[in-house]
Amino acid sequence: MNMKLLKERVYFQAFRITTASVVFFLLVMIWTFISNGIGVISWTFLTDIPRQGMTAGGIFPAIVGTILLTLGSIAIALPVGVASAIYLVEYAREGRFVRIINSAITNLAGVPSIIYGLFGFGLFVTFLNFGTSILSGSLTLFLLTLPIVISASREALLSVPKSFREGALALGATKWQTVRHNVLPNGLPGILTGTILAVARAAGETAPIILTATFFFRPTLPQSIMDGTMALATHIYYMATQHPNISQVRPLVYGTILVLLGIVLSLNFVAIIIRTRHRRRKKW
Amino acid sequence: MVTNTAKISIGEKIHARDLNVWFGDNHVIKNVTVGLKPNAVTAVMGPSGCGKTTFIRAINRLNEIIEGSRTTGEIYIDGRNIYSEETDVFRLRRQVGMVFQKPNPFPKSIFDNIAFGPRLHKIADGDALQEIVESSLKEAALWDEVKDRLKDSAFDLSGGQQQRLCIARALAVNPDIILMDEPCSALDPAATAKIETLMRKLTEKYSVIIVTHNMQQAARVSDFTMFLYLGELIEYGNTKSVFENPKSEMTEKYITGEFG
Repeated sequence: MNMKLLKERVYFQAFRITTASVVFFLLVMIWTFISNGIGVISWTFLTDIPRQGMTAGGIFPAIVGTILLTLGSIAIALPVGVASAIYLVEYAREGRFVRIINSAITNLAGVPSIIYGLFGFGLFVTFLNFGTSILSGSLTLFLLTLPIVISASREALLSVPKSFREGALALGATKWQTVRHNVLPNGLPGILTGTILAVARAAGETAPIILTATFFFRPTLPQSIMDGTMALATHIYYMATQHPNISQVRPLVYGTILVLLGIVLSLNFVAIIIRTRHRRRKKW
Repeated sequence: MVTNTAKISIGEKIHARDLNVWFGDNHVIKNVTVGLKPNAVTAVMGPSGCGKTTFIRAINRLNEIIEGSRTTGEIYIDGRNIYSEETDVFRLRRQVGMVFQKPNPFPKSIFDNIAFGPRLHKIADGDALQEIVESSLKEAALWDEVKDRLKDSAFDLSGGQQQRLCIARALAVNPDIILMDEPCSALDPAATAKIETLMRKLTEKYSVIIVTHNMQQAARVSDFTMFLYLGELIEYGNTKSVFENPKSEMTEKYITGEFG
């Protein structure tokens, strides 16, 4: 009996240490980036173009590029994803067709991002001749974020109680009116949360845009969606691996990491806020 | 055989003929033929799973939203077969309002809950809409309790108030039949009493059909009683005679509590 109890204690302590190590690694990582990168963060760093062979100046074009690519992808993924989710949840009848679509969504979400990159390069950059451009990059990121938006939207719609639908239908609403007035508004917070997480994911992706949208160095801001751009994630990659003077630019790399991490983490934070506020408000 | 020349007795609001409903392979309503009177409360009674809910949902064709459901036979309302091709099911559901087992207010204000139907069907806006909301709440005996807080969330109301709100919401699209699916099963006795009084009052303008497995309730509020068992109509008649002098042995056993 005592032996059993002792054994249990040992195991639980071991599990506890394992769990705590997650926090440890996260803190070490964040500390490394902050201690090495905080020194270069300045107004100039955020608003200036790279200068002197990218050893000085700022990362403004990369920030703009990341924002444009992400907004571009989500501008397509949100309507397409929500429409798909509405179809799957509200209209489609259970059957082989829906099962195939569902497993396609799951598999799409599991495809490694470099493969999205190569696919985007083959389809958008060369075959459709969009070139290395914001358009190609946004479309590639759209494919990558679509399964996330669909899954999140589907969960959000499924969480709207059946009684809201029946109540509206019993008042003579059509199916679309029911969805439009009684289901979508109540699923919206969930859809938004999922979409923001998808945005955060897209902002951090590197492989898909290296192949379709970004340049090592392009200090001028893009004039149209057919222009290529710099982006934070690829800027980190290029500076850490391709720059002729890697040790000299290392602080700039850390600074860029801090900015990207800041963007992604604050997006996640916004998602969490929306979710908790919605949970508190909802009473069904 | 479907014909549109059914012989319907004078003074029937609803007439179901050879009504059958299936969910997949499950034959839930079996050859029910019955005529229901206007301006009366008809109770649909029977043990769980006997098809009570399915029967009333056949009257506003709400069974159709369930995948794999199938209905045969006819239901006539004011002599018109609602299962005929030319029936506009959305119009039908305005004419036949429904109140559910669990109060299901929408996550909107009290006002917007009532205004939902009228807005949807563009029946009214502005002052006319205000008027509809007020009169519907009055008809549902809720106006005095909520008139100063129409902007509050419907979820802030008590269960009984929520159920009366749902009744008012149904009344706002101007129906003439109200279906109630065990409307008091989630309510306490005081709230139940209010709804029952309301049901009686509603018969002045509406035909009320209520599903209940509470026999005392059926005896208290209804003028007519249908007893369903395993999807078949066992007995139908005015409530007094069904309870005091049941024709079927099964009904008698049910009423005396031998099964249920």
